[in-house]
Formats: sequence, structure tokens, C-alpha cells
Amino acid sequence: MDSHSQVLERLRTGFRSGITLPLEFRRTQLTKLLALVKDNEEQIVKALHQDLAKPKFESILSEVEIVTNDLHHAISNVATWIQPEYVPKNLATKLDDCFVRREPLGVVLIIGPWNYPLQLLILPLVGAIAAGNCAVIKPSEVSSATDCLVAELIPKYLSQDCYAVVRGGAEETKALLQNRFDHIFYTGSQAVARSVVQAASVHLTPVTLELGGKCPCLIYGRINIQAAAHRLVWAKYFNAGQSCVAPDYVLCTKATRDALVPALTNVLEEFYGKEPQKSPDLSRIVSARHFTRLMKLLEKTKGKVVIGGQSDEDDKYIAPTVLVDVEEDDVLMGEEIFGPILPILTVEELEKSIELVNRKEKPLALYVFSDESSVVKMTMENTSSGGFCSNDGIVHMTLPGLPFGGVGASGWGSYHGRWGFETFSHRRACMLRGWALERLNGLRYPPYSDDKLKWLRWTTSAHSTCSLM
Amino acid sequence: DWMERQLLQQAKEAFVSGRARPLEFRLQQLHALQRMIMEKETEISTALKQDISRSQYDTPLLELISIENEIKLAIEKLAQWAAPRPVEKSLFTISDEVYIQPEPLGVVLIIGAWNYPWALTLIPLVGAIAAGNAAVVKPSELSKCSSLLLHALLPCYLDKDLYPVVTGGVSETQQLLRLRFDHIFYTGGSTAGKLVMEAAARHLTPVTLELGGKSPCYIDKDCDVRTACRRVTWGKFVNCGQTCIAPDYILCEPCIQGQVVEFIRETLLEFYGADPKCSPDYGRIINQEHFNRIMSLMEGYTPVVGGQSDSSQWYIAPTVLKDVPPHSRLMQEEIFGPLLPIVTVSDMEDAINFINEREKPLALYIFCSDQKAIKRMIEETTSGGVTVNDVMMHYTVSSLPFGGVGQSGMGHYHGKHTFDQLSHQRACLIRSLKMERVNLARYPPQDRRRARRVRMALRSPLIDTSKRTLIWAVVATILGIGLFITLLVILLIAAGLNCTCWYWRGFYN
Repeated sequence: MDSHSQVLERLRTGFRSGITLPLEFRRTQLTKLLALVKDNEEQIVKALHQDLAKPKFESILSEVEIVTNDLHHAISNVATWIQPEYVPKNLATKLDDCFVRREPLGVVLIIGPWNYPLQLLILPLVGAIAAGNCAVIKPSEVSSATDCLVAELIPKYLSQDCYAVVRGGAEETKALLQNRFDHIFYTGSQAVARSVVQAASVHLTPVTLELGGKCPCLIYGRINIQAAAHRLVWAKYFNAGQSCVAPDYVLCTKATRDALVPALTNVLEEFYGKEPQKSPDLSRIVSARHFTRLMKLLEKTKGKVVIGGQSDEDDKYIAPTVLVDVEEDDVLMGEEIFGPILPILTVEELEKSIELVNRKEKPLALYVFSDESSVVKMTMENTSSGGFCSNDGIVHMTLPGLPFGGVGASGWGSYHGRWGFETFSHRRACMLRGWALERLNGLRYPPYSDDKLKWLRWTTSAHSTCSLM
Repeated sequence: DWMERQLLQQAKEAFVSGRARPLEFRLQQLHALQRMIMEKETEISTALKQDISRSQYDTPLLELISIENEIKLAIEKLAQWAAPRPVEKSLFTISDEVYIQPEPLGVVLIIGAWNYPWALTLIPLVGAIAAGNAAVVKPSELSKCSSLLLHALLPCYLDKDLYPVVTGGVSETQQLLRLRFDHIFYTGGSTAGKLVMEAAARHLTPVTLELGGKSPCYIDKDCDVRTACRRVTWGKFVNCGQTCIAPDYILCEPCIQGQVVEFIRETLLEFYGADPKCSPDYGRIINQEHFNRIMSLMEGYTPVVGGQSDSSQWYIAPTVLKDVPPHSRLMQEEIFGPLLPIVTVSDMEDAINFINEREKPLALYIFCSDQKAIKRMIEETTSGGVTVNDVMMHYTVSSLPFGGVGQSGMGHYHGKHTFDQLSHQRACLIRSLKMERVNLARYPPQDRRRARRVRMALRSPLIDTSKRTLIWAVVATILGIGLFITLLVILLIAAGLNCTCWYWRGFYN
């Protein structure tokens, strides 16, 4: 196994050779990546099932499909994306060529998490390849089967001079971060993110952080409770709640809660049957450590379990659980839950709910369920979050046109579709002037005078184009 | 650090109160800032003269005009910039609203620099205000008079709580960096930039770093060398070389080195006269420390132009040095002063290698008449920005994003880019609870058929907008219209013939 510095040397030489720059190379690599996903769908599903007991449907939808969509999008559009962007000019620069070039940064590092081990590793890679970079890929060791599979498949399909997979745990990642990269893309927790940024600051490496947070779900006003319950349950228990954009907790009035709980019970039975542990459509907790963490939360909470609560340690199974009478200072309201546990807080006024949400860190996503557009509008205008979705959960991240990223404690930067390409590119401002009009240039040279100044103000004003007409 | 904490708390509370959010408020603040620049031009010029011996013309030229233009642009375009930006949808979201909503971040910390104390502090502030943020402004203590003047003026024109000014030195900056901001905008050197980013790491605060570097200037032997030298001389010696995008050093072939030196000498005479020390248009070094630093860079080398200095005035004459070896101290750090080294290279390829062996600079300057060669040089190098056949001008077009890459910085600003940099682009999907039947396919229990339906619905984009399809669509439309017109013409002719027959028949009837 090559050491980190050997891998980096190889990739730097690869980048310096200029091989990643031509459009054809980028498209070929993206097409090969597409083939990697399509040819190995079976194995991917199997590995994900091994890691998280992920149902086949979820694996296809949230790992294979979303990656293939983004790859198709990138392959069709990369030619447009790399075109120079011509920009409007002022009078002094009217005869010049002013444009923005998108250039690759160099060798980038992509660190993936364990909850969507393929998607959250490959989607950034798509952006990096489209932008013409070389990349070191570090999958999460917690999702070990996928880690193995990725390490095996990537060198088979992609150019080994430009893309390398590095495996290992926390120690190896720390050592890897000591090296110099041209961009670091990290998906994971806030605690580790701090050390990533600190390591990056030594080399002035820009970073993109996709973190998490407690995504609130507000349910207020007139509401079609059945439809809301369907979507809420789907979004919450997808991947057994282990999604960075899963609705973390619910805020609603007592009346809504009393209508919601039976609706949730019905929907849960509809989705997973009377014995959810036997349903093939429910995932498991990724590791014993996380299982124990979640069980401790259930032990310490002061809320009342109204649905679920059962667990099976050997199976790493926790039943879809709903709790009521949870207060703001409850242990469940501390860190991000990241599991199939849904606390419902009862807050009578929408304004107070919004204040509660604003007292906490800015989340990665914020959800509102309501048939009243005024409720949706009010929530959106008085809160901040990475993304916002009304009357549904998670799906806003399936649109490649929308930038996916956090704000404040939930992250820094964004990607998906063109946004991924921009994240891994440097926008270089270019101005090509001619030799003529040296007399016009004379306005700016010393010796200075009032007259020169007056002319200069006029020619450099953004409005001067109109005054000429 | 009580005072800094207080000011931050006040700014935060003012931001949370929501008064910085409405567009009218932002426009009002921008107008007030514009008034401040116009009304206090004389005071600002005086402060700059005391700080850095800036000539009264250089001040509007280099700082005030660009600030005014930025404010005017922001006022004109604010409604457009702040409006929701719709994006393409998939079949699944066909009846929904999908858009990006720019939102303020909160309280932004703006740390200014001493070389252009007004522009480098106020242009980010314009963007911060336009984006609806509150901002703590920390001007550089090295430009003392400007810093004190800003501290006195800003509260008279802008909202006192939302935009406080903090003066002070290194320790005050360190206190500020310990506190939590929603974004830090720093202009300065790379060493301090690393410390800023490290401090920001603690709170996971995003940063924009506008740093520096050695901006190379390549002069091709087959170009109009005289004009090239005029432009380089202007860019190099304005503000006494203390500009982050000043051409730091020249790369040229040995055969034109002599010419370059002579043209620069000529131009210097034209600009500043025989004794630049007496010219009202030539500046000074900011302080003793930088004066010593720059003088020490020259040690051991004999300049071919200039070289004189006067420690009492912090004056260094416009100086040119030739045949400078690449490993000399002069070529190690950013000069940031009126010393212009010339390094010889064997050809353009050699120049490209020279540039690529070093850290990515903030700006690259290429003087060349061959379009192909220019293209090649741009494509084989990288830098924050490029100006070809001139220097620094890419800074003046606000639609171009201004910023560095690698060691020269991260993030961009100017014009709309400042607004975007200091906003959060929030992805919004507004759905309704109707059409639940369409959604049923995605719920468990799952089977193949339902899964296929969902895959179809999530496919994006809805309409293939790639160039090829567009061309086919246009061609097909033109053909279609063409056929339709042909059909019409045929029908008309046929009908016309008929009519003519009838007409003749009728006429003769």
C-alpha cells in the first residue's frame, strides 16, 4: 500500500501533466464512473445491506439513482460549464475582453461519511472530476463493506494517475490531513470539522463542510394530517433516521399532536407492518457504538414513548419510536439524534416555535407542514437554515439545480449539479486589453490634474455606457 | 475584551431585531454611505496624506471612485440581487416552487488593510449592508489617521448598533477573533490569514481571505515594449508599490532587458520628474518597519534605476534591479514596495515554468501581441486574476469576481460577488400536500414497479437543455416553419390561380 505522500506525489504529477484538463478526459472519467455504478449495482446494494441493513429500494433511490442522475447531468453539461463567462463592462474597458475562466484547483481531498457511504462520497467526486481536478477519496471506515468495495472498484474504472482511494480510521485521516491539498471536502460531524479546518488553515486550503444539525419540523395551521404523516414518516425513518436532513424533532400544538400520533401509528403500520423488525424495508443502526448512544438517549429522556421503543441489540435494531411531552431542555434536544427516534414538542404558538428554533444552531434543513401559505412564509422569513422544504422532507436535495449545503454550524459551501463543479473550480477573472487607446490610459498617469480626474470618473462609472448614447 | 464583546452583542441584537432586513433600510444605509464619501472627501484625503503620503489625486482615483461605483451598483441592483432565483425542476417537483433565496448571514467581521484603508474596508461593507447583515468593522491600525477618521465618521452616517467600528492593534484583533461571527472577511498578508482561518475554525465560521503574493509580469520580446513599460511603471509605483496586485517582478528575455530598463526610466521621468522625492504624486512607505524591510531586500544588489532613500521621510525612490537571481531574498517574499526586479527567462515556456514553480499569485500580467501565445500562457498557469497588456485593470470591472487562489486567498468579491459571498443561498422547495397519490409510489412496502415509477419521476432535468438538443430544436422549428410557409404559398398560389380564373371569367361575363 502506497504511503500518503507517495499517493499525493503521483496525483500531483498527474495534475501537473495537464491530463485532467481536456473536456474529453473529464467526460470519459465521468462516463466510466457511471459504468462503475451501473455495472456494480448488485454489489453496491449488497455492501450497503451489510453495513446498514439498507433495503434495496433505499439503496437504489438514495445511493444509485441520485448518483446516476448527477453523473448524467454533469456529462451533459460539463461542456457548457467550462466555457468562459463573458461579463458586462464599463466604458473604459468597452473594447476589452472581460471573462471569467473556471480552472481546476489541483489535488482535492474528499472525506465521506458512513450514512450514505456511496452517495456522499461520489457526488462530490463528480464535481471534482468535472472541474478537472485530481482527487484523494477517503471513504468512512465505519461503513466497512462499502469502504472495501469503493477501494476495489475506483482503481478499476478511473485513471490511477489522477484518483486514489485512501482507507483508514481516525488516526490515518489525521495524518492525511497534515498534507497539503488544494481543497478539502468534508461530510460529517462538527467536532471533526473543527480539526479539519484547523489542519486546512496551516496550508490556507479552502474547505467545504457538509455537517448536520437538528432539523426542525414545524406543523401548524390547517393541515391534511394523513398526507403530512405519510411524508414525515417517510423522511424520518428513511435509513432508520440516519440522514443529515432527516426531520430531527417536531413542533406542533397539542391538538395537532393528538391528531398526529394516531396518524403516525397508522402510517408506520402501513409502511413496516405490525412487526417492523421483520419488514425488509427498514434499515438498522450502523454500529454498536451508535446503537448504545441512541439507547442511552431513550433511557435518559423525560418524554413519554407513545409509539415503538423496542430494540434488539444483536440486530442493532431500534423500532420506529415517537415520544411526546418532550421539553426544550430534554436530553433528546441536545445533539443531533441521527436515529429512528422522533420527539414531539408541544408549543401552542407558531411564533414561540420559531423562537425555539432560532435559539438553537442553524440546521441543515428546516421543514414546515401546513396547508396555509402564511404559516410557510412566516417560518421561512424568520428562520435560517441550509435548505428549506415545505410539506415534505429530504426531497429538496434530489434537485441538481438547488445547491445543497449548510449555514453556520450546519456547514460551509454547497454542491450538487453545477454547484459541485463551482465548488471545485477557481473562478479566474481575465481581462485582455489592446495596445490602442494609450491616450485614454494617460488619464490615470501622473502628473495628476483635476481635469484628468473628471474624465476618469466619467469613463469608469458603471453608468457611462448610457451617457454615451 | 469586554468592549469588543459588548459591540458584538449589540450588533447581534440589532440584527436579530430584523431592522437590517428590509430592502428600504439597506438602500437608506447605502445612500448614507455614499453621502459620507462625497461629503468627507477632503477629510479622507488629508487622513491618507498623513498615513501614507497619498497624493490628493490618487485618493479618489484609487479608492473613492471604486467605492462610489460599488455603492451605485448596489443601490441600482439590490432588488434584483435579493430576489429569489428560480431553478430547474424535475417531474417530481413539476407543480412546486423551486428557488434559491439569498439571505443574510448575521454579523460579519471585516478586517481592513492599511494600503487602501478606505476601499478595502468599505467595499466589503457595501456588500455586507446590501446582503442585510450587521458588520463589525476593524480598520488597520497602521493607517492610523484613516482608522480614527472612519471610527468618527461611520456612526454619524450609518446605524450605530449594526455597523460598529473597532479600532486598535493586534491585541484588539485577537480579541475579536476569539468571538463568534457568521463570516470573517480579511484582507492582508498570508501569515495573518492563516491565523484568521485557524481562529475561525473554532467556531466553524466561514472566511473570505484576500491575501497577496508575488504577481509576475511577463513582457514578450515581440510586443510594444514601450507601452508595456509605461503601464507597468504606473501599476508598480502607484501607492509606492504597496498594492496587493502590483506587478511584483518582471520576467523577460535578456535581449530586451536593456530596453525595458530604459523605457521605465523614461516613464519615471515623465511621471515623477527628475527627483521623485519632490513630486506631489509620489507616495511614501507606511512605517519604519516596512521601510527597513524593503531596504534590506535590496542589500547586495546595485539598482540600475533609483535606489536612493531617505529614512526620515520613509522615502524610497522608484528602483529597478536587473538580472536578479531567482533564489535571492528579493524573489522570496512579496516586495510590497517600489523595487522592481527583472528576472531573465529564455522564452515564454521558461516563463511559464518559472511561474508554475511558485505559489499561485493574486494576479498575473502578460504583455504580448500574439493571441495564441497569450491563450497558451493563460491556459498553462493559474492565478487569482489576469490582465493582459496592462496591469491591475481587472480589479476595476465589478462584474469580474476579484479574489485569490491557493496562498493568495479564498473567496471573491466586488459588485454582485460581494453580495453573494456575504449571503447564504438557501435552497427552497415549496410543496403542497395535494397530489398525494403521485407520492404513494415512494413509500414502503416497496416493489419493483413502484420503484421504477419513482426513478422516472426523480429524473432531472425535465427538459434536456444541452446545446445539441437546442440546435436540433431550432433546426426542426425552422424546417417546420419553412414547410408550413411553403404549404401556405402553394395553397395561396392554387387559390390565387383559381381566383384569377374566376376573375377573368367574371370579367368577360
